[in-house]
Formats: sequence, C-alpha cells, structure tokens
Amino acid sequence: MRKLLTGNEAIARGAYEAGVHFASAYPGTPSTEILENVGLYDEIIAEWAPNEKVALETVIGASIAGGRALAAMKHVGVNVAADPLFTFAYTGVNGGAVLISADEPGMHSSQNEQDNRNYAKFAKIPMLEPSSSQEAKDMVKIAFELSERFDTIVMIRLTTRVCHSKSMVTLEDRLTVQPKKYEKNFNKYVAVPAIGRQLRHKVEDRLNKLKIFTDETNLNMVVDNNQSKGVIVSGMAYQFAQEALGDTVNYLKLGFTHPLPKEKIDDFCQQHETVYVIEENDPYIESFAKELGHKVIGRDVFPYTGELTPDVIRRAILSQNIESLTVNEDKVVNRPPTFCSGCPHRGFFYELGKKRKKIIVAGDIGCYSLAVGQPYDMMDWLICMGAAYSTGHGAQTITDLKKDDDRRLVSVMGDSTFFHTGINSLLNTVYNGGKTINIILDNRITGMTGQQDNPGSGYKLQGDSAQIGDIKAICKALGIKHVKKINPNDLDEVKATINWALELDEMSVIITNWPCVLKKRYKEEDFETYKDMWQTQDTVLQDTCTGCKACLRSGCPSLVFDKEKGKMSIDKTTCVGCDVCLQICPFDAIVKVGETA
Amino acid sequence: MTQSIKLVGVGGQGTILAAKVICDALINAGYDVKMSEIHGMSQRGGSVSSEIRFGDNVFSPVIEKGKADVLIAFELMEAERAIDYLSGDGLLIVNNHKINSMVTLNGKVPYPSGIVEDLKSKVHTIVINASEQAKALGNAKVMNIMMLGALVNAYQLNNLDIEAAIEHTVKEKYIGLNKKAFNKGKEL
Repeated sequence: MRKLLTGNEAIARGAYEAGVHFASAYPGTPSTEILENVGLYDEIIAEWAPNEKVALETVIGASIAGGRALAAMKHVGVNVAADPLFTFAYTGVNGGAVLISADEPGMHSSQNEQDNRNYAKFAKIPMLEPSSSQEAKDMVKIAFELSERFDTIVMIRLTTRVCHSKSMVTLEDRLTVQPKKYEKNFNKYVAVPAIGRQLRHKVEDRLNKLKIFTDETNLNMVVDNNQSKGVIVSGMAYQFAQEALGDTVNYLKLGFTHPLPKEKIDDFCQQHETVYVIEENDPYIESFAKELGHKVIGRDVFPYTGELTPDVIRRAILSQNIESLTVNEDKVVNRPPTFCSGCPHRGFFYELGKKRKKIIVAGDIGCYSLAVGQPYDMMDWLICMGAAYSTGHGAQTITDLKKDDDRRLVSVMGDSTFFHTGINSLLNTVYNGGKTINIILDNRITGMTGQQDNPGSGYKLQGDSAQIGDIKAICKALGIKHVKKINPNDLDEVKATINWALELDEMSVIITNWPCVLKKRYKEEDFETYKDMWQTQDTVLQDTCTGCKACLRSGCPSLVFDKEKGKMSIDKTTCVGCDVCLQICPFDAIVKVGETA
Repeated sequence: MTQSIKLVGVGGQGTILAAKVICDALINAGYDVKMSEIHGMSQRGGSVSSEIRFGDNVFSPVIEKGKADVLIAFELMEAERAIDYLSGDGLLIVNNHKINSMVTLNGKVPYPSGIVEDLKSKVHTIVINASEQAKALGNAKVMNIMMLGALVNAYQLNNLDIEAAIEHTVKEKYIGLNKKAFNKGKEL
C-alpha cells in the first residue's frame, strides 16, 4: 500500500515497522509530529519527556534493557541531550537505539541555524540523511539494523523540508522484534574513567569498521547521467538539485554521511571535470572533500545560510534567474502572529507593561515570546529554553552593583519550559540568594508547538490520565518563600501581585494559572477550578463606546475598530469571554453577553 | 511534466485541509505527488501556505517564485503577498474576502484597497465570493472546498474525483456539506 506521508509521519511509520518498543521526545518544530505519530501505534510505548536530555536518557535505559528505542528532537534539543549522547556513544547499545535530529536551514521557527551533522562527527556515531519520506521510513529500519550490528546509537538527520513535506511511501508490515535479554555488563555500561579509557578504543575500532561500510553501502550511490560535471549531495538538497539541474550532471548521492565515504568521493572527483557540493547548513561534505585534496566547488558559489532550494542552485550554478510577478508592497500589510483570543498570557502582559519603566524582562521559548511584538513590546532578551530565570538572575546581580540602576528583573516562562529546564534555573536563584521576580505562565499545556501534553497537563502522550505536577508545591519545596498563584484574567489580582513582588527585596514566583484556549483534554475538576472556562462571550455597548481604543492595548484579535463609526466591536466567532478587555474599558462599554443591562 | 499549485490563506481558513483533499484526488488519479507546508507560529492568525506539485516524477516539494501554475488565495491580501510565486501566464483564483491582521484591526493602518484591480492587471484572475456563498450554504468554513470546485473547473482537473477525496479526508458529519460546497464552487 502506498500513502502520502510527511517525513515525520514516515519516521513514525519506520519506527513501527522496525519493531520499536519505546520512543520519547520533547516537542519542537520541525520534529514535533514524529512522536505524535509514533503515539498512534499501540504497539509502541510513546512518551513526552520534560526535556531532550531526559528523552534520550530514557531511550538509553530502554536500549540497555534490550528494547529497540528512538528519541526525536529539534536541532537545538540535541544541545540539551548532548551530555548523555556522548557517553552512550562509548557504551553502545543492547536493543537498537536511534536519535532523530531535525535541523532547520533558514530558521522558519528556530532561534538559530545549526548543522547537527557536526554532532555525529563530534560524538563519533554513524549518521543517515534521508531526502524523501520513503527514504526517511526506510532509513529508520536500516538505522536499527546498523545500531545492533555496530553496537552504537545511530543518528538520523532530517531538515524541515524532509520533516514537513509529503511524498509517496510504500508501507510494509511491522517486524516482530522481541526485546533482547539484559545481562549485567560492568565493563560495557559503567562509564567510570577506567572503563571509559577502554571504551575509547572501542569507539575508534567501530569508526574504522564504519569507514569500510560507508564505502560499500548503496546508501551512498552514483546516479550516472553520462556527464562531465558532477554534484555531491545529501538530504533534501538532492531533490532540490535534481529539480534545478536534472540529468545535466552526474550525482554522488550520500545517504550515509558519517563517516563519509573516502573512496567513493575520491573516485567521483577524479572522474569529473567539475564537482559541486550541494548541502544545506555547514560545508560538512565540502570540507571533507577538500581535506582529501579535491578542488570541489561549494561555499564559493552557494550562500552560507538558508535553504538550497532549486532557485538558489540555479542562480549559483547556472546564473539563471526566473522572472516572477512583483508584489505591490502598498497592497499588503504584515500579518504578525499574535496571542489567540482568550489567551491567558494576555492579561498578565497587559498589566506588566502598563507604565512599568523600572523592570527588565528576561524571556524564554514558547507562546509568550509573542509578547516581543506589539502592543506589548515586553521582552529584553530570549536565549534558549529554561534560560529566563538564570539569565535574569545573572542580570540582576550586575544591575544591583550599579548605584544608578534600581531596575528589577522579571523572568517569564511557561509551564512546559519550567518543567523542561526552568526548574533547575529557579533552584539556582534560590540557592544563590537572588531577588528576581519569576513568572510561570501556566496554561496547562505546551502551547507553541501545538498543544502537546506535559507533566502539568494531566495527560500522557497516548491519552492516559497522568499525575499533575503541582508547580506551586514544587516552588515551595525548592525553598522559595514568596509564591503566589493567580488568575491572569483578573487584572486587579495581576496588578496587585506584580506590585507585591516588586516591593519584596527577595525572590518571588508568580504562577499565572488558566488553561490555553486550544487545550483539548480536561479533567472533571478542571471545570470547577476554572469557572465558566471559555463558556461566555463579551460584547461592546455601541452607545457607550467612545472609540478611545484603550481596550486594544489588550492586543486581542477579537477586537475590531470600525473607522467609519469610530467604535469598537467584538468578533462573535472568536471571542471566548475572558473579560480582559471588559476590565480595561474606562467607560464600562464592554459587558458580558447575557449580563447586558 | 510537473505542475505546481500553491494555496495561501490565513490560519484557520482550512488551507491545509483543502491541499490534503487535492493531494488525495491526485494520488488516486495516478500522479506522483509532493506537498509542502511551513507551519509553526502561523496558526496564531498569521499567513499560511501549502504547496502541491504533481506529475510523472516530482523532485522538489517546494515551488519556486515565478513557477506556480495556479495560485489559490482564500484571502485577498494573501493573494497579493504570494503573487510572485505565480508564473506570468499562470492562473489566480481568489476569494474576494478580507481578513484583518493585528495591524489593521486597531485602525492604525487601513486594510489596503484596490487589490483585485492590481492583481487583474498582472495576471489572469478569477474572483469568487466564496465566503459569502459558503455562508449562504450554512457554514462559512466550507469556503475552502468551494474554492476547489472553482479550481477543477478553471484549471481543467475534471479527471480528479474530488468527491471521493472529500469522503477520505473530511470528518464524516461534514461530508455532505462539503460536497455541496464543492459542486457550488464548480458553478461559480
């Protein structure tokens, strides 16, 4: 049976067909849908982990115990997971283990652009690079075979266009793989220095074997179009190059890219007058070919950043520009992403931004990063997941040294980010006697990536009910004295609480607690806790509205200003009755529907 | 030969669902098909696009600027924003419907005027009041499938079994309504 699948769906299918027993991930674009789709197979135990390090560590445990196990993450997630990865590369596996890294050339929704092929080289582990959904699926199965054959974790490097584009895939049955027997093996799995020194040699021996394999495997193959020009290419760039150059060149298509095939590259370069290397992100293959002494053309003509889409290749190699119609810039205005109608972050940022000049805001990764935009303009920096509390603490320490600067650091992050690594950062602040104001915007879900459950949501990946991590109790247990949990839709409460925190000369935590409007699964008690949650609507009394636009400072997309009438109105199809605008209106012109006088 | 269709709209308009329906019909008609989308933050009221390429053997899932054969726009300003993807002798099918962005909602910047005229001056353009027509059918959301009706007619894709694709793709209780919308779209 053939089916149109995204690369992410194909990876999940590959895991199913490979007989995988266990999979874990932390969501992050473009990798999120891998575990969501793995979760659809009852045969696989699929879990969200609070962060990528934990995801990989559970996979390591599953592998050592004998199961086939897979971890998936976006490129920056591998930075978080790098610590266990490097040692797992030493110990090797019992059941096969695969790490998926989803890289983002062009940064469609990432904070940096990094080429995780460098990680495979750095950690000395084998790596595969699929160029289509079919290859993505097939390579998962191959990766598990290689993992068990060479006793190592195997990395599969995807890029956004492999993850999120759909192409045809032939489906096959699931292999029956029984978990292997586990036997205690001190000299393999206990990475104390004495053993680590022995394992170090094992890693080199394995690399030597893989250097032979990479030159033999047909994962690295020549596509001969009988031409004098050659292209060495990997991943999605293979499809892009074929689109742009067709059969006017020969290809050395590399699917197994760590270690790289020395002999194949030598032969290919010797047999062609001109050789281009087309690869996204870093000049990884190019540098290798140049080290071998070949005069290949790569970054000399290709841009160092972004995707190598066919137009980029055509411009670089053929000096061709495709004519296109021009966009009349007068006829388009921006459509910036914004908080949804009823988003519980809105009330908090409205109050935080109101005439508060004496604060500096340390941001983090999640929906609340949208507060960088108008009308909030509320973020001084944003580094990586979990960094708000720790960067805030560092900044407060220095600010306090200055006699002429009495500003306070307000660090903001969400519940998922708190569970990810924020919890560690917060512990650091309390331990070191910091005095930052730390906000946990608890919307009971991992919002930005598309409503994945987390330790605070009450549900597991495959839908089972879960223990809810009590954020307030955790903060208390960390030793934080001043913790308040508030309803972010109650502006008076938000204001009073921010003022309370600003007056304290010690660190505090404010937990804003109200569910994301897009959260899909609720427990019975939630409906009692969050009274009238999304059950009401607000409306503007047209006679009372003066058109002052004060309500627009809430930034809600349900509010529409009619220029001709000079009045506001509320879009009935999107309003969910959070009442934030109602509280802002200075003329009481906004009321709850049904409570109209 | 590979043909390319680009669909653009605003988050929540059903752009991706419409693309899935066409893809399903194209696969059943025997084509090699690739589809590409960039999402992430776009669901929060931003621009959304979906790209479909089909033919005997498709390589790139991405459509280059100036290379789309058809551009289907579910919203007026999004048509203008993506017009550089359309080939000069391509076909534009646009829903005559405006959705404000945060920038126009607050009255700071007006929603641009004269978009239809501008588009018509550039390329062969079919304008349809699909949102109004869909509302008249009883559900504004089926606008996306109505636009597909216009597509198969105007781009001569009558060999595709879109109704079967609707059955495969759409939630059961909405199948009837979507088929109605599709057939209405063919008349427009």
